[in-house]
Formats: sequence, structure tokens, C-alpha cells
Amino acid sequence: MSTAVLQSERAQVLDMRANIRRRQWVDLAFGVAGLLALLFALLTLLALIIDLAMTGVPRLSWEFFTNFPSRFPERAGILSAWVGSFAIMITTACCAIPLGIAAGVYLEEYASKNWLTGLIELNIINLAGIPSITFGLMALGLFVYQFQLGQSILTAGLTLGLLVLPIIIVTTREAIRTVPNSIREAAYALGASRWQMVWDHLLPYSSGGILTGVIISLSRAIGETAPLITVGALTFIAFLPHPPVMAEFPFLSFQWLKDPFTVMPIQMFNWVSRPQPEFHVNAAATGVILLVMTLVMNGIAIWIRYRFRQRLKW
Amino acid sequence: MKERFIEAILFLAATSSVFVTFGIVWILVKESIPFFAHVPLGEFLTGTEWTPLFENARFGILPLLCGTLLSTAIALSVAIPLGTVAAAFLSEYTKPWLREILKPILELLAAVPTVVYGYFALLFVTPLLQKIHPDLGGFNVLSAGLVMGMMIVPYVSSLSEDAMRSVPGHLKEGSFALGASRFQTIFRVVIPTAFSGMTSAYILAISRALGETMVVSIAAGMQPNLTANPLEPAATITAFIVQVSMGDLPHGSIGYQSIYVAGLTLLFLTLCFNVLGLWLRQKYQEKE
Repeated sequence: MSTAVLQSERAQVLDMRANIRRRQWVDLAFGVAGLLALLFALLTLLALIIDLAMTGVPRLSWEFFTNFPSRFPERAGILSAWVGSFAIMITTACCAIPLGIAAGVYLEEYASKNWLTGLIELNIINLAGIPSITFGLMALGLFVYQFQLGQSILTAGLTLGLLVLPIIIVTTREAIRTVPNSIREAAYALGASRWQMVWDHLLPYSSGGILTGVIISLSRAIGETAPLITVGALTFIAFLPHPPVMAEFPFLSFQWLKDPFTVMPIQMFNWVSRPQPEFHVNAAATGVILLVMTLVMNGIAIWIRYRFRQRLKW
Repeated sequence: MKERFIEAILFLAATSSVFVTFGIVWILVKESIPFFAHVPLGEFLTGTEWTPLFENARFGILPLLCGTLLSTAIALSVAIPLGTVAAAFLSEYTKPWLREILKPILELLAAVPTVVYGYFALLFVTPLLQKIHPDLGGFNVLSAGLVMGMMIVPYVSSLSEDAMRSVPGHLKEGSFALGASRFQTIFRVVIPTAFSGMTSAYILAISRALGETMVVSIAAGMQPNLTANPLEPAATITAFIVQVSMGDLPHGSIGYQSIYVAGLTLLFLTLCFNVLGLWLRQKYQEKE
């Protein structure tokens, strides 16, 4: 009798042990699955970089940067494309950075909780989900035809500026939020007005966070293609925009803002869409430049974020 | 006085984002209205041919809609499982220092320009798939969808991981104390608690996939095709807009209006999924 009880207890213990072991196996298996998922993602990234570099890097040369696009693949270059990308980047930065930081400061420091603020916040979240190509359609209808800005660098810069605006607003708010209240109260106690407090204290202390947002948004803008195609970027441009400096008074010229443009991603799209493999090599070389630029910019942003988190202990 | 002035300027800056949304909706609707004077809404919604630039133009949105939904579905079937598992792994299995390294690297996947992904899909993934399935054409929805899926993995994993990590520690510890394994804790405690945050991650990923343009324009071909077969080429709404924009298009022509109608449809589709996400989240929060 008692041996039967003992035996059934023993069986229960064994059962439980088996159960525990099984669950440990499941735990382990899930861990391995997670690791594999991560590895697969990283491998894809690596495959993309290596594939592009193997095809594109041998094509990179000084002439590639100083030649205009051409019908002959070996003579084609990206001069007009990188100049266009650069000019548009400057326009985008001038439009999005002040606007984004100002909006972030208002929402974080000035706004009272009411329906309007709620609406603005909801809207910023939703803007992130709106397809970028609809920004291009909006720009085509509004900037190009309504405001008569033409299919110009200015239009493109404004379009990308509005597109990346939410990124700058959100990172500005996050950066400002990490500044502790004691700093604000200290500034007020010394008689600072609200704007003095923001300008002399909040903005300098949150500059690291804001800078990461700015860099990320510019790296996004530099790779953005779809809205610019919609706005009317040309794919074959064999001239440069007007120079920004002149020999005679007033020395600075903004004529380039009204010039037609092409950018590196569009040049790459044009080349990759052609059937000849020689043009694909050109596309890969342009891709290498784009990839290096975006990865370096993102790397800098990550580094700044990391540094600020390490150094700033309130 | 100066303070008031500054506050007013900052306020204007903050409202600018609302004007952007308003501008997008207004322009899309305004330019689409004349289109529906030409094409009855019923024909637009049920027509199975989309040839706006042909002599005998047909305006049925279904082929484009089909291409968009098909590529999105493929992308999501890659991104959601991969992203969720990666998120659970990062949040529950890895040490904090390792997570600090892995997460930014994973996020680089979302930083790569989409046109580069298009190149990758057309000239790397498609030839790879052709080795497995030799009949596969040079343009197909499958490779575009797969690459798009990899591209949006970070959107899923990053936000999901944030949501999982914000699950209070005492809930997890309670689960462990009752003898649950890590796997059980993840599926019975962490994911249900973080579900609301994970829904926003999924919705953002869906929005990204629906609106993705360059990958599908380059790798999926540009012929509108009413098919559910991922091995065939097809055009999405976004690819159509690109195709038309590449050409010279007179302002006010029916072709010009058709890209706005396509854009409006896309926006409406995105909106539907966002509302669905909101509804799911509210429904779930009520149950708690």
C-alpha cells in the first residue's frame, strides 16, 4: 500500500521535472528564435551593403563626381545630382529646423492643456503615418501651381522640410522634457522672463537631443525620393543651378532657389530603371554614396545621444 | 510685449503641422473633384482596368488597390513575426548593454534610403529567388514585398520593445513567482499588457508599407494587374503616381487628376487602418 503511494508521488515528481525541462527547452528555443530574427535582420543589412559596395565602389572616381549625366554609362556622373541634393538639404534645414524647434518649445513650455493642443499633438503623431508621396502631391498642387514657385529647388526644400518637421518637433520635445524643473525655477527666481529662460537655459541644455533630431531628419530627407519625383524633379540635368555668390553687389544671389533640380536618389532611380547593366553599376555607385551618407549621419546621431546620456546627470 | 510676440510666433509654428495636414487633404480633395465629374464613382470603385493614359482610358481602382494590399500583406507577414520576436528577445532576454548596441544597429535598417532598397530588391533578391523558382520574372511583387518587410522590421521591433519594456516589473515578477517560464511570461503577461503599444507599432508599420513607393516602383514593375499571385508583376497606387509624375503632365488634364485620386485613395486606406488600430486599442483597454 505505502509503496504504491510512494511510487505515485515519485511519478508526480518525475512528471514535474519533465514539465520543467520541457519549459526550459521552450525558453531556450524562443531565445534562439529571437537571436535568429535579429541575426537575419542584420545579415540583410550586411548583404545589402556588401552587394552595393562590390558593384559600386570600383565605379567611384573623381570624374564620377564632376561629370554630368550622360547617355554613355561610362561617361555619366552625378555632378548635378549631388549639387542638387546639397542645395535642397540647405533649403530643407532652413525651413524645418527653426519651425520644428519653435513648435516643440511651444508645445512643451507654453501650451496649456486644451483641445487645440490636443489636436496639434494628435496631428503630429498622425503625420508620421501619412505616406510621403502625398506630401509630394500636396506640394505639386499647392507650391508649384497655387503659389507659382515652379518645379524648383525651393519647392523641393519646402516639401522635404514639411515632411521631416514631425521628427524635429518630437525630438525637441523629448529633449526639453529631460531638463529638470529645478533649472526652470532657478532661472525664474533670478528674474528671467519665460523666453529668457527658454533661450538661455532650456535650449542650450537640450541642444544634444535637438541635434540628434536634426541630423536624423536630414538623413531622412537626403534619401527621400518619391515626393520629389511627384514635385517634378527632372532626371536629366546637364547644368548647375545659379551660383549663390556674385562678383557685384549685393554679392549674394538666391536665383538658385528657382532653378530646376535633380537629386542623388532620383538619379539612382533613373539608372536602376534602365535595362543596361552598365547603368546599374552607376546606380550602385550612387547608392554607395547615399548609403555612406545616411549611415554616417545616423552613426553621429547615435553617438551624440550616447554621449549626452553619459555626461548629463542632473 | 516682446514676450507676447514671441509666444505668438511659437504658437504659429506649432499650428503649422495642422496646416500641413489640412493642406494635404484640401489639395487632394480639390484636385480629385473634377475627376469624378468625368468618371462615375461606381465605375471607379468596381472597374477592373486602370489605364488612364491610354487612348481608351479606363478608371477602375481595383488593380492598383490589389497591388498595394498584396505587397503590404507580404511585407507584414515578414515584418510582424520577425519584429515582434526580435522585440521580445531584446526586451526580455538580452542584457541592457547588449540591447544598447543591438537596437541602434537594427534601427539602421529603417535609415537606409528606400531607393537603395529598390536596387537591392531588383538586383539581389529577385535573382536569388529566381534560383529557387526559375520561372520568376524580373519584376514581381514577392521580392518587393519581402524587402519592404525587412525595411519596416525596425518600426515594429522598436516601438514594440518600448511597449514591452514599459510593462511594470512586478507583473513579470509575479508571473515568475507563480512558476511561469520566461516564454510563458512573455506570451501570457508581457504581450497582453503591452498590446496597446504594440498595436501602434503595427499600425505605423502598415502605414509605412501602404505608402512605400520606391521599392515597389523599381522591383514590382509598373503594370496595373488584378492578381493575388505574388510571382507576377503589379503596380501599386504609389507606383502609379511615380510613373505618371515621371512623364510630362499638363496641369488639369485627366491624367493629372488621376494621380490625385490615387493619392486620395491611398490616404483613405491609411486612415482606415489607423481607425481600425484605434478601435482595437480601445476595445482592448476596455477589457482590462
